[in-house]
Amino acid sequence: MTYVVTDNCRGCRYTECVTVCPVECFHVDDTMTYIDPENCIDCGGCAPACPVGAIEPDYRLAADKKFWIDVNRKRATETPVISARLPPLPGADERKVALGR
Amino acid sequence: MTGPAQHHVAVIGSGPSGFYTAEALLRSGAPLTVDMFERLPVPYGLVRFGVAPDHPKLKQVATAFDRIAAMPGFRFIGGVTVGDDLTVDELRNAYDAVVLATGAELSRPLGIPGEALPGSHTAGDFVAWYNGHPAFADLRFDLDHEAAIVIGHGNVALDVARILAKTADELRQTDIARHALEILAESRIRRIYVVGRGGPAQAKFTAKELRDFLELGEADTSVDGRDVTPDDFEPQRPDDPELVEKLSLLRAFSQPATTKPRRCVFRFGLSPVAIKGRGRVETISFRHRSETAEDIACGLVFSSVGRKTAPVAGVPYDAHRGVHANVDGRVAIGRTVIDGLYVCGWSKRGPNGTIGTNRGCGIATAEAVLADLADRRPRPDTPDALLARLAGRVTRIVSYPDWTAIDAAEKRRGALLGKPREKFVTIPDMLAAMDA
Repeated sequence: MTYVVTDNCRGCRYTECVTVCPVECFHVDDTMTYIDPENCIDCGGCAPACPVGAIEPDYRLAADKKFWIDVNRKRATETPVISARLPPLPGADERKVALGR
Repeated sequence: MTGPAQHHVAVIGSGPSGFYTAEALLRSGAPLTVDMFERLPVPYGLVRFGVAPDHPKLKQVATAFDRIAAMPGFRFIGGVTVGDDLTVDELRNAYDAVVLATGAELSRPLGIPGEALPGSHTAGDFVAWYNGHPAFADLRFDLDHEAAIVIGHGNVALDVARILAKTADELRQTDIARHALEILAESRIRRIYVVGRGGPAQAKFTAKELRDFLELGEADTSVDGRDVTPDDFEPQRPDDPELVEKLSLLRAFSQPATTKPRRCVFRFGLSPVAIKGRGRVETISFRHRSETAEDIACGLVFSSVGRKTAPVAGVPYDAHRGVHANVDGRVAIGRTVIDGLYVCGWSKRGPNGTIGTNRGCGIATAEAVLADLADRRPRPDTPDALLARLAGRVTRIVSYPDWTAIDAAEKRRGALLGKPREKFVTIPDMLAAMDA
């Protein structure tokens, strides 16, 4: 198994997950983070750390979110590792409220 | 042009929080060195001695620790017990900052009569034993009983129950200590009760740990129907996927199949009142939420109701929280900060969170250290002078290359047995391996 970043991250990108990842398996682009499934050790630390509930273990994803498994795997190979927190994207806090978080 | 004066930081303990604090310090770009002191000749703390042998993926985090150990300015000083071989004050005289990363090694007692009877153990002792910790390798666990009770509903309680529920064949290819595998192979335990005070929604274990009980080869898992009502499995927070999954697993366990020779039974709403027996554990008396009493027969009990940090001489202790007294990572008496003394990980905030939680925690402590370094006055002693004096006091100071030799020897031993490693479980054996 692995953990997977899903759509709630898009436009927020709080990157709290990056701070608590023990193996630096997060990658990042302009819109969100991705988990490298080859490096993730399933510790589960990131899921509760995410302010918008964007991270789930792969087996727990709803059917319409399963495609994020492949998105994470692919984008992790195309984007750089992120090893320290970044400021959230502009509008992240408003989006978080809109998501009911 | 000379750069700013180089600072020296000592980290006490080589578990996750110690390594992540070291990483954050060394990545800061500040001119500093980190000396990591460890009591044993082997690093990784609870990753080696706490994480269950059948959770090998989690142990891969050790490769991250090895990367940190390879950073310029890092030094491992193993085989040295702070508080015994050298004092905290000696360290404070030689280092600009001393960071305690000593974890939470003491098990909290149940505080009920009969706890000292033979057959009554802490989960912490059992875990350290099956993981081959040198201070626990000589413990004896008599598994010649039908029933065992694990008291507590956290992840450690589930580890203990799962190890007891597994057969030797399910554990043989893990890095479990050989002495433990031999005893577990002869286990007569067929019923394991996992008992907690609260209901299903209050259980602290995670869904991920609970899922392991779906995979047991020779044990069925059930929930005792007397303890629960259907409402107990309805999540109060339907938008919390972790809670929803946990309750749905427990609901599934409440309609059990009983076809396998071993049974693991989850009990809810029961508080232990006394452990009873003539000369050894025979029953445990519980009080139910409904105030009714219930005795459960068992030959063995493992209490898993929390841990606390062991006090270190020269460091104020917060007895209420069970950690080194601190304000956000700075050691303090009340609100008065003690200069140059810090704390991280479980010995800062108590035993909670995952391995990665300690990364965030270590980063925060490192930020406090870095913020204070500029104002530190020069120390009267130096690390190298201190280490030279220390060499006369200890058998052997173990370096990281020494550990790498021990590591390689353990892996070679393991390969012969089809295991990832066969741990050395005594300090002399560890020391002998690094010279082999």
